[in-house]
Amino acid sequence: MEFARDQWYVAAHGGEVGRDLLARTVLGEPLVLYRTGAGEAVALADRCVHRRFPLSQSRLDGDTIVCGYHGFTYDPTGSCVFVPGQQRIPRTARVAAYPVVEQDSFVWVWIGDRGRADPATIPRAPWLADPRYAVVRGMAPLDARYGLLVDNLMDLSHETYLHGGYIGTPEVADTPITTEVDEERGVVHVSRHMDDAECPPFYARSTGIQGRITRWQDIEYHPPCLYLLHSRIAPQGVYPPVQGEDSDAFHAEIVYAITPSTAHTTYDFWAVARDFAVDDESVSAYLHQSNHTVVMQDVAALNTLERVIAAEPERYQELSINIDTGGLAARRLLARLVGSGTVGAPR
Amino acid sequence: MTAPAGQRVYRVHWVPGTDVLRGTCHCGAERLADEPVALWEWLLGHPRGHATATVPASGPPARLAVPA
Repeated sequence: MEFARDQWYVAAHGGEVGRDLLARTVLGEPLVLYRTGAGEAVALADRCVHRRFPLSQSRLDGDTIVCGYHGFTYDPTGSCVFVPGQQRIPRTARVAAYPVVEQDSFVWVWIGDRGRADPATIPRAPWLADPRYAVVRGMAPLDARYGLLVDNLMDLSHETYLHGGYIGTPEVADTPITTEVDEERGVVHVSRHMDDAECPPFYARSTGIQGRITRWQDIEYHPPCLYLLHSRIAPQGVYPPVQGEDSDAFHAEIVYAITPSTAHTTYDFWAVARDFAVDDESVSAYLHQSNHTVVMQDVAALNTLERVIAAEPERYQELSINIDTGGLAARRLLARLVGSGTVGAPR
Repeated sequence: MTAPAGQRVYRVHWVPGTDVLRGTCHCGAERLADEPVALWEWLLGHPRGHATATVPASGPPARLAVPA
């Protein structure tokens, strides 16, 4: 499927970028990421201008990268500052430097016309860098196109069937959703409020709630990359007060960054931020392991789907029902960003 | 749900207890449907066909009332 260029994408969790060279391919563009001695994240094109050797397989010398093949050396702006055996550095000896913003614990890169890169348009996930929250995170590479992950996350009824025993219970698939599309802001909201639901192990073990719960799932998708799931868990019948803090409930902010790597591969960045048991390492370990398991269940399913799609005849006609209302809206906004624009179109 | 702040917001409510979707355009026009593809096409076709497309405020029928 096609990519939406001239957009910000998450290339890494901040903690992944350090004094080692990190290779990532975003929208088909190979990048090398590292951090300068002063702590600034840098993203350069991962191909030496000389003979294309990947700079990610080279070495850092201070804040410069020395190509591991012939020694061409690049500074953090992508300018070549040394070539072997001669004094004159060719005018075209430089690699592309990508606009980078580190925000909310993510390293965002701009893919497209850098003159259009406006950091103010990057959607926020403030809980990931808020000391009042405890955060677990990870990244899973998918051998599947990014649209399959968008479909997956926009329709959480799949939790009941694919993630039973972790986050899925019968009520998720059984509860009607409300969908809103904010055309001006380009955001899709999907809301599923379960008044009386079984408490899945993911929340029973982490919150300590015994018995049934009131469970709210409020999705915000900011195409193309950022997906937020505001998860509210409370003992059954406990609702937010009209005024004041919702202190009788447990809140988890579940964040995904969906970054296309190639046409058929995707980076699935995930994070779970919680406002309860923030100092309890055992809860962190449990939620990390559980969400990793859930993500890998999705990865297995979506990798299978990618193979199915690759083998199917052209113009397979899929079927959409009520649960797909949010996913269809997300597809349309994505298509608009890519440059086309039909609802429910085949991939 | 976090309230969207834009002026042009399309809403689709799955009417509780039914299989019916109720689409509401930012212009106020409403339509009932039993599947989302045609409903989105109608919503996003604003203003085409929206001037006359309203449904009674007194609750929806048990099943689809307006063909897409």
